[in-house]
Amino acid sequence: MTSPLIAALRDPAAVRSWSVPQWERLIRQARSADLLSRLAHLLAETAIPPGPRRHLVAAQVTAGAQAEAVQREVAHVARALASTGVDVILLKGAAYLLAGLPVSRGRVFNDVDILVPREALPRVEAALMLHGWAGSHHHPHDQRYYREWMHELPPLRHLARESVLDVHHAIAPLTGRFRPDSAKLIAAARALEGQPRLKVLAPVDMVLHAAAHLFLNEELTHGLRDLADLDALLRDFAREASFWSALEERAHELDLSLPLQYALRYCARLLATPVPEQYLKDSIPVWKRGLLDALYLRALQPHHPDASDRFTPLARALLYLRGHWLRLPPHLLLYHLTVKALRKRPEEPLTQGR
Amino acid sequence: MVTSIRSTLPEIARGIALLYAEHPVEADEAFADFQVRIARPRGLRRWVRPQVQFQFDGTPPFHPLPGDQAFPILEWGLNWCVSAHCHQYLIVHAAAVERAGQALLLPAPPGSGKSTLCAALVHRGWRLLSDELALLDPATHAIVPLARPVSLKNASIELIRRFAPEAVLGETVHDTLKGSVAHMKPPQDAVRRSLEPAAPRWIVMPRYEARAAAARLTPLARGQAFMQLADSAFNYHLHGRAGFELLADVVEGCECFELAYANLEEALAALEGMQ
Repeated sequence: MTSPLIAALRDPAAVRSWSVPQWERLIRQARSADLLSRLAHLLAETAIPPGPRRHLVAAQVTAGAQAEAVQREVAHVARALASTGVDVILLKGAAYLLAGLPVSRGRVFNDVDILVPREALPRVEAALMLHGWAGSHHHPHDQRYYREWMHELPPLRHLARESVLDVHHAIAPLTGRFRPDSAKLIAAARALEGQPRLKVLAPVDMVLHAAAHLFLNEELTHGLRDLADLDALLRDFAREASFWSALEERAHELDLSLPLQYALRYCARLLATPVPEQYLKDSIPVWKRGLLDALYLRALQPHHPDASDRFTPLARALLYLRGHWLRLPPHLLLYHLTVKALRKRPEEPLTQGR
Repeated sequence: MVTSIRSTLPEIARGIALLYAEHPVEADEAFADFQVRIARPRGLRRWVRPQVQFQFDGTPPFHPLPGDQAFPILEWGLNWCVSAHCHQYLIVHAAAVERAGQALLLPAPPGSGKSTLCAALVHRGWRLLSDELALLDPATHAIVPLARPVSLKNASIELIRRFAPEAVLGETVHDTLKGSVAHMKPPQDAVRRSLEPAAPRWIVMPRYEARAAAARLTPLARGQAFMQLADSAFNYHLHGRAGFELLADVVEGCECFELAYANLEEALAALEGMQ
């Protein structure tokens, strides 16, 4: 069950000798994993048969437009929040793009994510509402779930532009097993050149956020895409000799050593990320590691019928439960799942994941 | 474009055999752009008021339809495949036909009669480029053909049967979202020449009005034609500046008209008189 997509991400040059059916599976899997435009970027120098090439060109058009839209949206957010005097830290895609990191090339973008201090939330929320953003998830349970338990506000949508903004005050749930201190993240954030009030996380923190996002999350729909982000970030930052030791130290400081171990393990296993041997040693017991491998090596495959075996749905279901387990203590988890199960009609999701 | 279609439904087999008879069948190992399947959903709805579902690469992008709408859902699904993925082109919701190397674009909302005009024009010597989706190539600014069956609705089914008795029409399916629907087979010549793009020369916005006076072409300001094309495009927002410049160039090189008509023959005469 080697996925051609994972093979191409590991070694883009390998595609040169591929047969037409292999190309077809590659395009299908890359489309379902939201990695077509990343693939187009990785294969920019490679001769590609005309059939697959059309799809890569089309994906680049889409990704280019999304990148422009995110640039515009960030400018709107910055303008809306200028009067609050709050420094806005961009997270994930918007941060990669505005900081000009290689990981942003060929990446698809959806929402904009920002991080602000928790005490600034009322000011920030009010300023955003004044500038046309409106809340979602109005059910009282959802409000409580987000505001008291989670690390972000319910997603905001701009009434005119329909763009979605996620406002975070932490990078992991308040009720979760791992609680990285936001003040430390905010203190280490770096200013963006030419953007007075916009910042991005320090490189090590960017990696740790990506790792926490992927390995503490219950949804792995975009698991491979998030892993590819981690791979690109690591490859980029590792050009700095002191990066790996700084990363390990910072993970310890932020209580994120475990998600980092997972991130390094599965980046190296699936995407051949060049992680130095000494940082791959982990503290996970052998039995648990075997189980985690059985789950993650399935769940991180592209979400495509072609890249699944009969245990894949079970692996995804167990990791879904594990994600919830990590974000809520047992009594809240039981309460949350009961409320969700009893509710008649779930609120429509804001963004339609394909 | 190559599509791999899987289905066990007899109406799909009949529809493809009749309406795609001119299209080449590719070898199994050829590159397929899209993999689609038309099937009955699992569970109770297979037996009770059966439904039919369009699947794109294993997942259904939209809701199932009543069981007798298999062929229409295939056609609509294929339109979706193109409009949701082929962003290498600027995709305009328009019919397009060609005569002597020059293309006529008919952008218009549903109900304006563009498919009827398109079906009639291809029986008067125009080459079918597309009935629904005009693909503009940003590199050449030409229309890339998509010679597929022409979708006819309601009264225009009978109208085209009478207008062109030689036209091959598939089974009429009633009570769809668009009323009664039948598809017309694209002419052999249009399918054979589907790798031959054509440069747009005329933009005509048709408007069927039962009480319109004699059909007549009224000049349309280029700015308005531009806005109409941008409005009708599925993916104008993805092409940014390049899309703007592409449409501006297309409109610049075209004569632009409005056409209000009640009578098909008069409308055709007006279009055939264009220089």
